[in-house]
Amino acid sequence: MQRFWTILLVLFLGVTLAGCAASKKKGGTVEVEDATIGGSETEVTTEATASGVDSDDTTAGEIITIDQDDADMDDPLGQRVVYFDFDSSNLTPEAQRVVEAHAQYLSSNPGMAVVLEGHADERGTREYNLALGERRANAVSEIFQALGVAPDAIRTISYGEERPISMGQDESAWSLNRRVEILY
Amino acid sequence: MVTRMKGFQKALVLLFAAATAFILPGRAAAALTIEITQGGRSGTPIAAVPFHWQGTGDPPVSLRSIIAADLHRSGRFELLPPSDFLSKPSEFSEVRYKDWRLIKAEVLVVGRIVEKGPDQFEVSFQLLDVYRERVKVGLRYSATAAQLRQVAHQISDRIFYEMTGIKGAFDTRIAYVTMQLSDGGDRIYQLMIADSDGHNAQQILNTTNLPVLSPAWSPNGQWLAYVSFSDGRSGANVWLQDISTGTRRPVARFDGAASAPAWSPDGKSLALTVAAQGNTDIYVLEVASGELHRLTKHQAIDTEPAWSPDGRYLVFTSDRSGRPQIYRVSRNGGKVERLTREGKENAGASYDPTGKRLVMVTNRGQGAGYQIGVFYPASGRTDVLTDGTLDESPTFSPNGAMILYATRLGSDGVLVAVSADGRVRQVLKLTDGDVREPAWSASR
Repeated sequence: MQRFWTILLVLFLGVTLAGCAASKKKGGTVEVEDATIGGSETEVTTEATASGVDSDDTTAGEIITIDQDDADMDDPLGQRVVYFDFDSSNLTPEAQRVVEAHAQYLSSNPGMAVVLEGHADERGTREYNLALGERRANAVSEIFQALGVAPDAIRTISYGEERPISMGQDESAWSLNRRVEILY
Repeated sequence: MVTRMKGFQKALVLLFAAATAFILPGRAAAALTIEITQGGRSGTPIAAVPFHWQGTGDPPVSLRSIIAADLHRSGRFELLPPSDFLSKPSEFSEVRYKDWRLIKAEVLVVGRIVEKGPDQFEVSFQLLDVYRERVKVGLRYSATAAQLRQVAHQISDRIFYEMTGIKGAFDTRIAYVTMQLSDGGDRIYQLMIADSDGHNAQQILNTTNLPVLSPAWSPNGQWLAYVSFSDGRSGANVWLQDISTGTRRPVARFDGAASAPAWSPDGKSLALTVAAQGNTDIYVLEVASGELHRLTKHQAIDTEPAWSPDGRYLVFTSDRSGRPQIYRVSRNGGKVERLTREGKENAGASYDPTGKRLVMVTNRGQGAGYQIGVFYPASGRTDVLTDGTLDESPTFSPNGAMILYATRLGSDGVLVAVSADGRVRQVLKLTDGDVREPAWSASR
């Protein structure tokens, strides 16, 4: 229950700051600051690694290999990030397992709010990637709803390619950036 | 409960305002550095003589350098080096035409800048045809020191028009986004406007950890529409900002994230992308009334709308065939027609002022990555102009003679201005951080 109030406070902060940010202005230039990001980013688990295939030329839905040493392997709830193939919003079998586990947890804990953040790698245009992140977040949202999470408890947001986890310019970096973060 | 919340909310706002005010003075607007990386030794040979200075001290700016850089960047001129000049006339009456035929100049620019009073200058120039031995055009300007760069661009525009028959676009502005990482790991975004050559950069928006993208100029140059986020928990929205006053507002509240704004040629409508239930489609918003019309309805990604110059059609990117390609639809909606058929992916297209060419991001496959292509809808042909792997956000200059786009140079994002034939390239970069998302205004 404590967690519920924390989330409410974070959401409330976001709304408050939004109102403030929109009105601030100084001599032709406008300043906007997102003070909630620090809080939300520390919750993100980035240790889960998807590696292997160069999905550029593979068909959507191909199985990606998961690092077997990952300590979170046995507990899908410990994984807060699911990864996607290039230009795809289809969930891999591993991602499906993680998403379903979170869906079951959330549907049995009504009142909890969840934010699904969709992201893309840097290939392709920024606007296309914003749409792709939207579609990825929505793919996770649809499974959540199908498994009984209240639609009102889910918010989706896409950052496209604007918030990469890895700054590299190869498949190992791109595979970490094509993701949905499950934040609650 | 409600009243307690209100007091709490007020305290938070005050705290936040204080923190922001404290942070402000440390942030300097990032200035661009400019270098020409690839010269073209073709085009009309032109001699531009350094302008004669008549005043105290040094002249405020070198008009000749600004004009020469403009003309060179266009790819239409070969600038002859002043060290080859046999004489330094400043007016048509002083010109010995044979001095210029000897160094194979076809046209000659001469001029002077006279200090008439405190912060008051008079600039005059003539453009001369060396073989016909006559003045093609001569003009005089009055200006303050701060206006002299603009005078130089207006002279470049006039020379460009006399020599090509195409309206010059040097006296215009560009918008772009910079991103710098702070010591604390925050992403600092600035929305900037500058002269078309990257000078006189001015910050108009500064955000921390909230991405800014897709700036779009209103046709009259007064407004910028762009995509940003109001906080870390809401989706993207399209904002409108008056660039002279800094006043800004979300263009509307949509049932989902909104992005990819594009002004209609008459400045009355904005085409944009709205994501409803995670699926993006193209809409047209009437800016004055707030009326919203839906143009596409498809479960695929539809985004990046851009108007035809006559305002009758929009092109957009869709992955309805599996991979992103360029499609066209009437501004009233209806049947959607696929335009691009070659290339693995094509996206982010926009028209030139004639409506006969589109500039876009193209991926030809086989690991080629993303380059800038010019696509001719009538023939279906695409000319690939660049050789990067992550070239993006191309925009035609308002006269269609140049293309500005974003690419990576090492680990930095930079802008490149390229003549439409691809021969001459100029790089605009920051000493520290990324430059991206260029947009070229149609007017000053």
